[in-house]
Amino acid sequence: MSLEELKKIPYGKSAIELKNISLAFGGVKALTDVSFDVKKGEVFAIIGPNGAGKSSMLNVINGFYKPTSGIINFAGTDRNEMEPELAAKSGIARTFQNIALFKGMSTLDNLMTGRLLKQKQNLLMQALYFGPVAKEEEEHRERVERVIDFLDLQSIRRTPVGSLPYGLQKRVELGRALAMEPEILLLDEPMAGMNVEEKQDMSRFVLTVNNELKTTIVLIEHDMGVVMDISDRIVVLDYGKKIGSGLPKEIRNNKAVIDAYLGVSDD
Amino acid sequence: MIYKETGQYKSSYKSDHAIFPLLQDKIAFSTLMFVAFLIIPFVINSYWEKAILVPFLIFSLAAIGLNILTGYCGQVSLGTGGFMAVGAFSTYKIMTYFPDMNIMIIILISGLITAAVGIIFGLPSLRIKGFYLAVATLASQFFLVWLFNKVPWFYNYSDTGQITVSERTMFGIPVTGAEAPSYATYLFCLVLVVLLSFAAKNLIRSKMGRSWMAIRDMDIAAEIIGVPPLKTKLSAFAISSFYIGIAGALYFAVFLGAIEVTESFDIMTISFPVLFMIIIGGLGSMLGSFLGAAFVVTLPIGLKFLMVDMVGLSAVTAKHFEITIWGLLMIVFLIVEPHGLARLWSIAKEKLRRWPFPY
Repeated sequence: MSLEELKKIPYGKSAIELKNISLAFGGVKALTDVSFDVKKGEVFAIIGPNGAGKSSMLNVINGFYKPTSGIINFAGTDRNEMEPELAAKSGIARTFQNIALFKGMSTLDNLMTGRLLKQKQNLLMQALYFGPVAKEEEEHRERVERVIDFLDLQSIRRTPVGSLPYGLQKRVELGRALAMEPEILLLDEPMAGMNVEEKQDMSRFVLTVNNELKTTIVLIEHDMGVVMDISDRIVVLDYGKKIGSGLPKEIRNNKAVIDAYLGVSDD
Repeated sequence: MIYKETGQYKSSYKSDHAIFPLLQDKIAFSTLMFVAFLIIPFVINSYWEKAILVPFLIFSLAAIGLNILTGYCGQVSLGTGGFMAVGAFSTYKIMTYFPDMNIMIIILISGLITAAVGIIFGLPSLRIKGFYLAVATLASQFFLVWLFNKVPWFYNYSDTGQITVSERTMFGIPVTGAEAPSYATYLFCLVLVVLLSFAAKNLIRSKMGRSWMAIRDMDIAAEIIGVPPLKTKLSAFAISSFYIGIAGALYFAVFLGAIEVTESFDIMTISFPVLFMIIIGGLGSMLGSFLGAAFVVTLPIGLKFLMVDMVGLSAVTAKHFEITIWGLLMIVFLIVEPHGLARLWSIAKEKLRRWPFPY
């Protein structure tokens, strides 16, 4: 199992290594020859202008897109592609840029879905709601309640998530990912559309998860202030190509990155 | 006042996760069960049995089945009539081959056979959604009815193409056939409905139900958190068909006694009415399945009573009015309360909490 392999990797060594990943949809090249690695236990940011291929990159990592060429080394095994189910089972959780919560379900139920992979009781036992099933439910409920406490979601436990404000929905989505107790957390623009206070809250949650649970975090974000503050390393994409990588202070002074963001004058 | 939950503290996750967490609900449910099991059997007569109670119970079961598939898992189906026919014909064939088998076991096996058929017709759902899936399930409706009509083996080569139930007993009392007393058929259906409803509710509030709802609300996200779409959708088809198959078996064996497939399991007599039940009752609600079934079963009776007995119209005219009013109500309902009777009930509960001192 990749999850065990992943757990064995010491902190600071690479957990996922992407080698020469290219991804094309017909003639459109979303990613061209991108290579980088994510080290275990770090906050890793992927940045770049709109349409740079950042979300495609995350989708490649958790198996939603199959790269046209390139190799994904995940937890020490080389693969041509990932499968969503394998990724989930191997401890990769993610959130989406456009919130992908289960809108008809309550906050609690949404978080409980994060535990689905860990629930083992079979169909007949569930129908009878026999002792072990009830016990298992309670066990997972307790885990979920910890996430609820951590993210301050107590008051909206029973509220259908469709009726929650945007900022809270983002938080519930983070909660669902955390309920999976992931080793690697992929966050696709967790702070998009938030005000300063909400961004501060969210940054605090992300950093606490990283510090306390030692969860590896791969983050896409447009707010440069946040990215420079919380990430350990950064990779920059533009038009599907990697144009820079390194520590935040290196990226800040990288000529190619500044050009990509601000544009280059012709003369 | 009436529906006050203040002071009812939950000190364990178990009590918080109960089917009826509120004391008032527990009392209401116990009262209902008391009346259903200990009072109605003694006062029931043939009219109440044949016109209201037994069809209500059977259609509740069918509605629960369809609600699992459509309301909880989000897969639209118009094949209810076809699946009910599978249940009915399985019962008939098992009855002919195993004359000594207990009727309860026959009906459960018929449910399992229908579940298997449901899985086969659920396969297209992996590729298609929404209206397109509805059309695919419509094909299953027509195919199954056609099959039971065309292959004489299914109706034991009888000249009329009809299938007729033979007498079967539970604890020495006949529950099928013409001799079955009203209380016996009623209790037989009631026991099955109560047991299967609890099973359905348990499935819905545990892992299986959350997987279904995850697929319904956002299949992409469901896949990412590790819910396998194939297995989950097919399990919904299987369990839904199991319920609908049992409803079909009861419809044939206990309720009608003799059926002709094109007439009894037509899309207009079964598939659409059952779909209306869950829409009127409330998609994704157990209570809604019962309310919808009650509404659809009793409405024609109520309208007939109003028009023939009260106003004095002729039966034929009343029938025409009934169909018109039925359609009209449908439209009104969808506009006024698209979430169905179950939502109306939860609004009423909210009002009852504060009554008589609304602030």
